[in-house]
Amino acid sequence: MGISVVKPGMLTTVQDLGRFGFQKYGMITSGAMDKLALRLGNLLLGNEEDTPALECTSIGPSLLFQKQQLICVTGADLSPAIDQRPIPIWKPVVVPAGAQLTFGKPKKGWRSYLCFYGGLDVPKVLGSASTYLRGAIGGWQGRALQKGDQLSFCVGWPQESSSFKWRMASSCYRGLANKVIRVIAGPHHPLFDSESQQRLTADLFTISSNSDRMGYRLESANLYLREKKELLSSATTFGTIQVPPDGQPIVLMADHPTTGGYPIIAQVATVDLPLMAQLRPGAKIRFALITIKEAQSLWRAQEDELHKLKLSLALKYGE
Amino acid sequence: MLNPPTLFLILSFMMNKPESVSYYPLGDSAVVAVFSEAISEQVNHRIRLVGLGLDKLENPGILEYVPAFTTITVYYDLLSIEFAEVVEQIERIVAALPEEIHFSSVNKVIPIWYDGPDLDEVMDYTGLSKEEVVRLHSENEYIVYMIGFAPGFAYLGGMDSRLSTPRKPTPRLKIEPGSVGIAGAQTGIYPIETPGGWQIIGKTPVRLFDASKEIPSFLAAGDRLRFDPISEAEYLRMKGADYGD
Repeated sequence: MGISVVKPGMLTTVQDLGRFGFQKYGMITSGAMDKLALRLGNLLLGNEEDTPALECTSIGPSLLFQKQQLICVTGADLSPAIDQRPIPIWKPVVVPAGAQLTFGKPKKGWRSYLCFYGGLDVPKVLGSASTYLRGAIGGWQGRALQKGDQLSFCVGWPQESSSFKWRMASSCYRGLANKVIRVIAGPHHPLFDSESQQRLTADLFTISSNSDRMGYRLESANLYLREKKELLSSATTFGTIQVPPDGQPIVLMADHPTTGGYPIIAQVATVDLPLMAQLRPGAKIRFALITIKEAQSLWRAQEDELHKLKLSLALKYGE
Repeated sequence: MLNPPTLFLILSFMMNKPESVSYYPLGDSAVVAVFSEAISEQVNHRIRLVGLGLDKLENPGILEYVPAFTTITVYYDLLSIEFAEVVEQIERIVAALPEEIHFSSVNKVIPIWYDGPDLDEVMDYTGLSKEEVVRLHSENEYIVYMIGFAPGFAYLGGMDSRLSTPRKPTPRLKIEPGSVGIAGAQTGIYPIETPGGWQIIGKTPVRLFDASKEIPSFLAAGDRLRFDPISEAEYLRMKGADYGD
């Protein structure tokens, strides 16, 4: 017993932190687009960080709960409500048996994570429950949720109590209003002409409607190499910004191919991938160049913050 | 006049000495080791050996690696290991590589029923008979330069240049898994159903990618393989037996 899908939403998939260790075989890693939101949602429920949850895109699903459960919604604010009563995000909420969870207007951000106490009961494929849509691998039958699907919980929420009087410190998740994405110069940055190099940090880039879990196409002035050069394919990763010959950059996202042959002008700092994941088509962003050392210390600072959160949550969940 | 890198390549080839390895970062948590500017069997083999060396390290800070034509990219956990340490680990493996490389012999055989929808187009373009296409395609030994583009998709080297045929002007929306194709001077096998523009000359009953297996890909970078022509009856029999286990 768990949830029954009344409406599937625009694109609702099961995701965890991704499928790693098989990229040398060409296996796409997948996993949550906004990993920080997924990790926080799970931590707030006392789950392991990589517990499988639902990634809801833009228009969330309507789900009937057949059993009482504790949930936590994080990431984008897609106006979640239980039986029409709005519920807070970033906070555990008890859903009574027979209640319906719905989502409404996307207020802020683009991808919301619906985490369940103990997680969803989906089989692991190559060590992960993440859905790889194009390969129809993993998650819920290798596909997005459809009307009528029945997903089970691993465990139920046994307690009557439904009051959680604490809140997550806002410093754990950077605001979605920030539209500056920090990047590190890519291996082929020096091959671009100086105008293109300047444009990378001076211009506004628009997220095109032709964007999905595999990558975001950006609309901008064209970026060009000093001279045409054919490159040999090499590894690409989450956040790689590659520029095909048409000059319009693509930011590779969670379902990125493992290798590619286009020049790489920059790489999004790992700490800013969640910001990128929450951008909606039409959003305008700027890039700021930082050094690898800066990117790494930003990541360490974030992980320190998360560690503190884990410690205080361990006390709250009495572990 | 040759530019210095080209000259260096020629010299190193003449001396049969491997080039030195250079390193650059890919973002804040990956090291790319570059073994050469050009594709070669020697470079492919060295990269394969470095991969095996990384497997043996069992260093928890080194998460995974992706071999490619001339590079190997190593992903690391920046909380437990530094860029420089990763480079040092790779250097140590490189230093221990044998100077003389003994290429391994064929270790994979892929049966193919040469009955693709584009055989006629390939015959027309190349001026070869069906028998010649089959013979030339199955006579050579191939090397897996890298896996990429799609799960289990192998970039192969070694196709006879007489088989070169340009891609189809309009890609097919759906290509069956196991389809064997030619695109320009390349040949390859589609592991999963995907759209594609390659000239399909046959199909294999081997499952090239199976996510339910511990090692999901039939082929790995560095493999050497041969194609074995089979009949329709053999194809159907092998297909039923889930050949590739």
